[in-house]
Amino acid sequence: MSVLDDKERRIVGFLCNWCSYGGADTAGTARANQPTDLRIIRVPCSGRVNPLFILKALMNGADGVLVSGCHPRDCHYALGNFYARRRLETLKEFLPIIGINPERFHYTWVSASEGQRWQEVVTKFTDHIHKLGAAPKWSEVPALKDVKFDLVDAIRPLGCGTHPALAELKAEIKKALPDLHGVLGWRKGYDAIHAEPFLMQTEAEVDELIWGPFNVQNLANFLPKHAGKKIGVVVKGCDSKNVVELLVEKLIKREDVTIFGIGCNGTVDYKRILAKLPEDAVIESVVGGGSGVKVTASGKEYDMPMAEIAQDKCRLCVKPNAVISDVFLGKPTIEPECEDGRLPALRFLDTLTLEERMGFWKGQMEHCIRCYACRSACPQCVCRDFCVSDSRDPEWLTQEDSVEQKMFFQLIHAQHLAGRCTGCAECERACPMDIPVFALKQQFGRMIKKIFGYSAGLDLESMPPLLGYELEEANIKERDL
Amino acid sequence: MSTFFATPSALLGWLKSVSSDNRVVAPKKKGSVVLFKPWTTEELGACQDASELLIRSTMSAKEVVFPKCETLYELKATKDPSDLSKLHQELIVPNNATATVLFGARPCDARGFLCLDMPYLQGPVVDPYYKAHRDALVIVTQACSNALPTCFCNWIGSNPADEKGSDIIFTPIEGGFVLSALTEKGTALLAKGGFDAADDAKNTAVSEAQAKAKSQLPAESTLKDIPQKVYARFNDEAFWNKEIEKCLSCGACTFLCPTCQCFTMTDKGNQLDGKRMRSWDGCMASHFTLEASGHNPRPSRGMRYRNRLGHKFSYGRKDGDFSCVGCGRCIRSCPAHLDIRTVLSNACEGAQKKGEE
Repeated sequence: MSVLDDKERRIVGFLCNWCSYGGADTAGTARANQPTDLRIIRVPCSGRVNPLFILKALMNGADGVLVSGCHPRDCHYALGNFYARRRLETLKEFLPIIGINPERFHYTWVSASEGQRWQEVVTKFTDHIHKLGAAPKWSEVPALKDVKFDLVDAIRPLGCGTHPALAELKAEIKKALPDLHGVLGWRKGYDAIHAEPFLMQTEAEVDELIWGPFNVQNLANFLPKHAGKKIGVVVKGCDSKNVVELLVEKLIKREDVTIFGIGCNGTVDYKRILAKLPEDAVIESVVGGGSGVKVTASGKEYDMPMAEIAQDKCRLCVKPNAVISDVFLGKPTIEPECEDGRLPALRFLDTLTLEERMGFWKGQMEHCIRCYACRSACPQCVCRDFCVSDSRDPEWLTQEDSVEQKMFFQLIHAQHLAGRCTGCAECERACPMDIPVFALKQQFGRMIKKIFGYSAGLDLESMPPLLGYELEEANIKERDL
Repeated sequence: MSTFFATPSALLGWLKSVSSDNRVVAPKKKGSVVLFKPWTTEELGACQDASELLIRSTMSAKEVVFPKCETLYELKATKDPSDLSKLHQELIVPNNATATVLFGARPCDARGFLCLDMPYLQGPVVDPYYKAHRDALVIVTQACSNALPTCFCNWIGSNPADEKGSDIIFTPIEGGFVLSALTEKGTALLAKGGFDAADDAKNTAVSEAQAKAKSQLPAESTLKDIPQKVYARFNDEAFWNKEIEKCLSCGACTFLCPTCQCFTMTDKGNQLDGKRMRSWDGCMASHFTLEASGHNPRPSRGMRYRNRLGHKFSYGRKDGDFSCVGCGRCIRSCPAHLDIRTVLSNACEGAQKKGEE
């Protein structure tokens, strides 16, 4: 095969049945000369092209992927290519973060009568891929080892004191309790720094409720499990965005949820606390006050300022207050402005070359154990027990313990959250191997923001951009080679 | 039993020489987590500080005998060029096992292998893949000189210097390590080190270090008749659902656990070029018990956790003979901060009350 003797490149083409496949046919009938590198897969419509098709081709060693459909406003099914345009543009913007050159992927429009245009498109794209050469392979790229991220400074003061509104909150919950199945909140877990989520159903349980820097879990995750019941939930700002997103996606009903909010002053990364203690220290008590906590462990006291122990997402949080609530108590936390919400991993990735980024992910994914805790911890992973990555037919993933398979799962997760991820970063917190998987979702998030000016989880009336379209897209150029 | 003393550099030298004809697997730091990973001869040669290999691992060591994904066999077929209807088929059973020295496992990790032996070696069918890995393995265990707040090996009848399951056990003391071989395999491996015998002072230091670790463990469990009590909870669905309310059903616990042994089998490719693989699976995943009809006998998180706890502490178990080694990894890495000790205690205590009624 000429691919093997390096004369050809592997290029995969997804062509819509009605226009571009017809266009290719026209070119063929007209005996137009074309390069033979392209392997065409005929699809009913460019709207059928799942961005994962493209990612899978690129992950499996394709040197280039070309998608072509009917011209916008000329779709055989009226709207398919409008949806495709949004998805494909977002994907193209996403690709660099995993170290794939976005120029290896191109999408365009060719109608059935445009045989000559098809010839031009194929020739130009193939030439371009030849110029780029063979795509780097995951198995050959050197893994980036011993990566360390810098701490980012908090954009607002983070605090740990007992919240003055906690007593009032408990009173409000007790008042609401008779009409509710229960209220989701946090209580002290197996030691003073580990809080655990729980469902308050009695007044005694309400008294166990805590509010403060240890309330790390995102309780919105539990709401769909209680769908159909009247349920209350205590939220931090970040959790409330997931409640909004679940409401937008109609997974829970507004009249079923009662939302209790208090201004949040940041939460801790408890691994950072543990790192400051001897490994065998037994935590006896924790007292919060001002800008830090005092941990007493095995008889010794340790002062830990929030500046050192806070979670990364809290350092850059601009929505510390519930964006939606039925009961909001106490003074809202001041909402700072922040130009750059990138968490450390994305900041680091932005400084790397494409090849280094691929090496970065290779180094990280090597120790992924495929427990998929990232998926279970994600409040927006709403398929729950019916995840596409568990399906054997179609088989998106094999069970092989390889970087490509593990990375592709992360790409499925990130792609399915494009425009829906609110940035709670629970995926990353839940990872027992500390892999910064949130960076992939954040990359999609910032590209969605750039193209559509949209952030998920802020507005009940909004619609995730990949579920809709505009006839004329403000920020998407008509793609041409 | 004779004991030997090794300085840190002598210990590293021994491991380096061992690594020439063995795969040496030991804890290795990867960012903020620690994994059991192979150390090459060069890496061991370059290692200046033996304590790098003595840290506690986030992940259990079970991968050395039970890989995350293992190829059971491959199918290769070629078409006969003279008669295309004929296939030359070949079934290739790979030999995945290599001589391995697992260094720096803790007593809980070593005991974990005994739990894995139960289904794979002691059942009606001996698993040849597992057996090959197991036969090729020598376990060099580090007795713990301290205990984490999440450790509870004393609850399951073990202790920080437990010798069960190990081939060699060593204890870090001031200035070096005191080693002793426990099996023939261990004796042969230890002999390669040419270490001097440890004197009485050093053996006393070992006892002191072990006593310190013991003193750091939580109070011994007062739970009695655990298997029966957990089993008595079997139909108490409300109990399980309440206890497991916070669980995300993510299954990180089963993947980190040194004794979780469940797997799934999948095929890849076709009869011309295909393979069958065995890979980790866990009872915390809903698809684990999903039947072809669509029925799922364990539809909720509570039911799934009941299986996890029941398998470790109840089904076919006796007091003190559990399929949990008390390493506490499931507690440390749980995103919902679920503590298996609490669930176990609650299951037993409540069951007792019920009995009294």
